[in-house]
This record gives sequence, C-alpha cells and structure tokens, in this order.
Amino acid sequence: MKILELKETFTASNDLDAEELRTYLKEKSVILFNLMSAPGSGKTTLLSRVITDLKEKVNIAVMEADIASAVDAERIEALGAQAVQVHTDGMCHMDAGMTREGLLSMDLTSTDIVFLENVGNLICPAEYDTGAVKNIMILSVPEGDDKPLKYPLMFRESDALVITKTDALPYFNFDMGKVIERVRKLNPTIKIFPVSAKKGGGMAAFEAWLLEETKVWVTHA
Amino acid sequence: MHELGIVTHVMKTLTDVAAENELTRIGSVTLEVGEVSGVIHEQILDCWDYMCTKRGPLFTGCKLILDTIPAVTYCSSCEKTYPTVQYGRTCPHCGSGETWLLEGNQCTIKEIEAE
Repeated sequence: MKILELKETFTASNDLDAEELRTYLKEKSVILFNLMSAPGSGKTTLLSRVITDLKEKVNIAVMEADIASAVDAERIEALGAQAVQVHTDGMCHMDAGMTREGLLSMDLTSTDIVFLENVGNLICPAEYDTGAVKNIMILSVPEGDDKPLKYPLMFRESDALVITKTDALPYFNFDMGKVIERVRKLNPTIKIFPVSAKKGGGMAAFEAWLLEETKVWVTHA
Repeated sequence: MHELGIVTHVMKTLTDVAAENELTRIGSVTLEVGEVSGVIHEQILDCWDYMCTKRGPLFTGCKLILDTIPAVTYCSSCEKTYPTVQYGRTCPHCGSGETWLLEGNQCTIKEIEAE
C-alpha cells in the first residue's frame, strides 16, 4: 500500500458539480436562486407573491426540496407556475448533484428564473454549493433578532437576506436595526429586504433586485 | 443526516482519485476534522462503514481515521489567540467580542492508503 496526500476539502467534488451546473444554466439562459431558511419562515408564501407579481414579466419555475411530502409544490402549481418536487430522502440539505437531477426533470425552454426551495434548516444547506447563481436567505420576524449570532455561516454565504412577516413586527421583540447591524458585521455586501409577503410591503424592492440579477446573468451569457 | 452527505462526497472524490491513479483498493482514509466543524465522529464512522458495504470493491474493508484539529480564535482587540471551545466568542484575555475563528472548522481529506 502507498500513501497519497490529498488535502482536498470534503466538498471538493460538489464544488466541481456546482460549477458545471452554473455553466449549464448560462447556456440555457436561466438563473437559479437558492432559497434557504428555517422551517416556517414563509418561503412558499414569499414565492407565491413573487410569482403573482412578476407573472407578466418573467417565467418562473420552482424546485421544492423536502425530506418528504409534496404540499409546497402543490401550492406553487396552483398559481400556474411549473413546480417539481425533489425528495432528499432524509438528507438535511440539497447538493449540486441533486439540484442537477431536479433541473433535468424540468422544461427550461421558456423559463427565466428557477427558485430552489432548499430544505428548511439554517445549518447544513449553507455548507453545500447547490450550483445556484445567487443565494437568498429568509429570516422571519417571529424567529427573533438573535439568529445572525447563532447561525453566522448562513448569513455569510448569502447574497441577499429577506426579512419576512414584517406585518408581525408590533407583536414581537424584534429589533430591525440590531439585526441589520449584526448581519452587516458578518457580511458587509449582503442586500437586505424587509418585506411582508402578505400585505405587500417591501416586495417591490426585492422583486426589482431579482429582475436586475436575472438581466445581468442572462445578458452576460 | 449531514454525515451521510459528507461520506457520499468524500467517496465520490476518492473514486475519481482512484481512477486517475489506477488504484484498485483503498485501505484507509484520513480526514482532518475541525473541533467546531459540526461533524459528529460516531455518526460519520457509522455512515462510513455502512457506505463501504454499498460502494463495491474499492472501499471494501476501508478504514476511516479522524484527525481532530483544535479550534483557535483570534482576538482583533488584543491580538492574542485562545481555544475556541473553552471560551466561545468572547476573548478571555481582554473581554472583547471582536474575535474571529482562525482554524477548527475545516473538513479535509488528508491522505489515503491505497494500492
């Protein structure tokens, strides 16, 4: 037996898959957004709002990743958008290989944007590059303003943070200024969008960012 | 089950390495696991043994060795370092919260023994 020194990270093979997937997306002129959050933060409600608001402007499809069940995909399909359900079979996150499988099962010919709704979990998804072009993290007001302190990696890895359920601010001890300060300390360039998907407040700024990122990705193909 | 995902990725990388180097059997794999990487040793060892039985001759009887790397935090206020697990985010020398993890969250495949 001989010894081979490798010094490769655990995720080296996944990182390669993720780069390949981005090349594939570029060829197809499709942007992939990876949505990460805790369970119950309002990912599906936020997506439903975005799909309804942007229906006339872009063609949106959704990949729902769950350990089991298809309830989220059914909600998205009810809005007339293409949805595919991916089961991770007990795994706590999506990796680039699983994301590729999901994308290959979709019809991307007239699609501009694919949202990947990652497994509800603030730890593991941040460690795996899914092949997405941009990572979006969702934090809801009821979860509390201490989350950047508890789950720093997720905030560091994200390009945008959407703070959902701002209509519930009067009922919770949630210090918006403190959250923004804590997040900026971890990630000075992150975009922050406080929204209420239910009432519509703040959605325009988030949607404008989505459209701008899509334009940049597709036109530089 | 985060550990199962890690094992799957490590085995995929090693399968590629084996193909490049014309290896037919891997006797052992040494991983460097940081103290604050979140990897649970017992779980990764169990997942490893299970996956070895599934992944064919290359991994038959392959042993997993875990090297723990201590976590060290750097304080930018007093410019000293301290052990992360014992003191967390607050510097024990000066009480500052302006601290950064220097190392201890890595997960790397250090080396393999193969033929």
